[in-house]
Amino acid sequence: MIDEAFVDLSRLQFAITALFHFLFVPLTLGMTWILVIIESVYVMTGREIYRDMTKFWGKLFGINFAVGVATGLTMEFEFGTNWSYYSHYVGDVFGAPLAIEGLMAFFLESTFVGMFFLGWQRLTKRQHLGVTFLMAIGTNLSALWILVANGWMQNPVGAEFNYQTMRMEMTSFAELVFNPVAQVKFIHTVSAGYVAASMFVLGISSWYILKGRDLAFAKRSFSVASGFGLASILCVILLGDESGYEVGEVQKVKLATIEAEWHTEEAPAAFTAIGIPDSDEQVTHAAVKIPYALGLIATRSLDEQVTGISDLEKKHEVRIRNGMIAYEYLEKLRNGEDTPANIAKFDTLKDDLGYGLLLKRYTPNVVDATEEQIQKAVKDSFPRVGPMFWSFRIMVGCGMIMLVVFALSFYYNAHRVIEQKRWLLKAAVWSIPLPWIAIEFGWIVAEYGRQPWAISEVLPTFLATSSLTVNDLLFTITAFVIFYICLAVIEGWLMLKFVKLGPSSLHTGKYHFELEKADKQLNQGAQS
Amino acid sequence: MIFDYETLKFLWWLLIGVLLIGFAITDGMDMGVAILLRLVGKTDLERRTVINTIGAHWDGNQVWFITAGGALFAAWPMVYAAAFSGFYFAMMLVLFALFLRPLAFDYRSKLESAKWRNNWDWALLVGSFVPALVFGVAFGNILQGVPFDIDNLLRTTYQGSFFALLNPFALIAGLLSVTMLVGHAGMWLQLRTDAEVSVRSAQYGRYALMLFIALFAIAGFWVAKMDGYQIISMPDTQSYANPLGKVVTTAPGAWLDNYSKMPLTIAFPILAFVSAIFAIILSKLNKPALALATTSTMLIGVIMTAGSAMFPFIMPSSNNPNISLTMWDAVSSHMTLNVMFIAAIIFVPLILCYTTWCYVKMWRKVTQTEITNNTHGSY
Repeated sequence: MIDEAFVDLSRLQFAITALFHFLFVPLTLGMTWILVIIESVYVMTGREIYRDMTKFWGKLFGINFAVGVATGLTMEFEFGTNWSYYSHYVGDVFGAPLAIEGLMAFFLESTFVGMFFLGWQRLTKRQHLGVTFLMAIGTNLSALWILVANGWMQNPVGAEFNYQTMRMEMTSFAELVFNPVAQVKFIHTVSAGYVAASMFVLGISSWYILKGRDLAFAKRSFSVASGFGLASILCVILLGDESGYEVGEVQKVKLATIEAEWHTEEAPAAFTAIGIPDSDEQVTHAAVKIPYALGLIATRSLDEQVTGISDLEKKHEVRIRNGMIAYEYLEKLRNGEDTPANIAKFDTLKDDLGYGLLLKRYTPNVVDATEEQIQKAVKDSFPRVGPMFWSFRIMVGCGMIMLVVFALSFYYNAHRVIEQKRWLLKAAVWSIPLPWIAIEFGWIVAEYGRQPWAISEVLPTFLATSSLTVNDLLFTITAFVIFYICLAVIEGWLMLKFVKLGPSSLHTGKYHFELEKADKQLNQGAQS
Repeated sequence: MIFDYETLKFLWWLLIGVLLIGFAITDGMDMGVAILLRLVGKTDLERRTVINTIGAHWDGNQVWFITAGGALFAAWPMVYAAAFSGFYFAMMLVLFALFLRPLAFDYRSKLESAKWRNNWDWALLVGSFVPALVFGVAFGNILQGVPFDIDNLLRTTYQGSFFALLNPFALIAGLLSVTMLVGHAGMWLQLRTDAEVSVRSAQYGRYALMLFIALFAIAGFWVAKMDGYQIISMPDTQSYANPLGKVVTTAPGAWLDNYSKMPLTIAFPILAFVSAIFAIILSKLNKPALALATTSTMLIGVIMTAGSAMFPFIMPSSNNPNISLTMWDAVSSHMTLNVMFIAAIIFVPLILCYTTWCYVKMWRKVTQTEITNNTHGSY
């Protein structure tokens, strides 16, 4: 039987390590482009302040990058260590984008990141800019391939189950790469990264302006961040990956749970802005609805329906029943009864095999499931509505606040009055955590929303684990938590230290603390 | 498809070998450098010269390891699944050790505090020694067979314990791995540092190589006596991947069979020995560039020695030899191997080109004067 505690711990460990890793990735994604922008200005104008800006923001980028690299390793290990049946079952498809990510993107990023930090004296200006650019390209390509892999988990196209090898096998690499879900996820995720980096630079620059320190440096950084940030947040919101929710069955489930759309409404559906979803009654209490909005957002049309949960349940029940027959035939085929008739029958049903596997939670043989077990499996085929509903709204809420902050920052900066708008500068400082909150909740919407599947409609999460024990996992989860807290404390402390120092940390002698020191020495000299 | 399935299976066996060799020569060297750090660098300035010889490259080098892992996942998913989950605690140990390195490289010289720097030096040492040792230990265990099983739905289960991994032969393999990487790193530091540091590095590097020669010989004799695996019958090599369809026996010394069947493969162990000896001589003659080249061929020799002895096995099962994983039957589908092969022949040469450019641009002896003059721009 399936050990629920063990499955939950496996998921918990992955969630902790992925969410932690993803605190560091977005800043890397966006910061590389900010560095490219600033350094390009340096190469074009030759003004040293832009070189200093590149170096200083690069320093903060480096402090963050180191933890990103370290914690990224965990993800690659964990598929094998903790999700070994997953690795076997889908490695043929899922492994390819990961390997190509290494060859095409991660090598590029990592090879040039070292040159970015240590190559200043050994490269010409243009060469160094080229290095920065290649680092940014590598970083973003890396996100592309990871999201191709992740997009396939959400919407597994270009692959087919092979009973002989007992796994999913690739049938079309092009379909895998051009998976529409992967495409929107890529745009959405990298833009979110650009927003995070912009907010980081915007907030810190605002703090320097509020303190009246290094104004020339801070205002230039503020300009870059407000422009890049505004463009990026518009991109995140307008190209939000809701548009990807109409392809793929599980994406539809996500959409229905995000919106707490219990029953299919007439098109175009209203958007529930806020309310209290109640899973038992299948109603949303105190709902505030915006007419037409959901239909427009999700289907980009006025006449297409957004399917509600109760209708999806009916569909899933049919597929679970088909899946039971598919499993029966799979067993026949695996036990040598691979007659052409059996193979043909299995082929017609194998798309529903995954739904049949949902029953493994209740009966290892699948085929002998009772009516009650089938009904339980139908209920299992949805994530809980509450977490989906709220996570999504927290994410969108943060996005809206950021839109306002970036828009006002851009506007007042363009009118050169930003220094007088101290309330806005303060708001920018306090907004620094917002992109991270939005991003982490976005991860929950995407990955918790995929439950109960590891691979949508193909492999249930509870089957995807390794053969380990609860104690093994308790031990490693404890180790991860302790170790990651240490990493976070060290990183946070170092980051704060350098943020406070500001560009004075470059030791050029031109910035706030060094000038202060020089002033003092001068005064002392005058007095004596 | 460019090649038939059988050919692609073999090419991927070679390519995984290439990635492992790339890993050993580059990232393995960085590990060796970090292991030597405290021995050859007595003062903070000396240690900084050591770290800065690999400062700009360690991150790119580490990707050889990451890509080898990714390629293992994509090309041999069964092996990735069985090995990573079977060696659970060993893998976690490596992972936690590897966490230390990026932080240590990047954070160490950001603050002046001697205590801060000293702690990071220890982190570098642990973060490099543990993986170097565990990789060797893992190889040692794989040669002896791993206690795992596979059921009819191809779920793998592992029946061993973490401490069973630490058996005498595996520990010898672990030390062998550490000594070969330290020897290689010694030649690198002899070449890329100057004065005292260079002299000490050369010395420790040569000691490590001598130890390596002894351990490689001991391991060789041991392998000749231990039970190796032989395939009695198996499905056609062109057919779909099915690790459940063959008959395997074990026999003492069977790991040496390939050397008599394909005598040319004896070149690999000979290459390893001869290269190590030449490296020692060249280092002594103060020809570190050539010494570094020969320690590189030594690493090729060692990895190919293990690979050709075990061919076509990748992960034999001591529990149930019939389900041992081989490069014929634990592989991905024809299409996946094909797609990835195309990716590899495009990108591996590109990677080698830009990596070389970076090494050329950063090439110099890292001196203490350089670090002093650029104290805020160096690691």
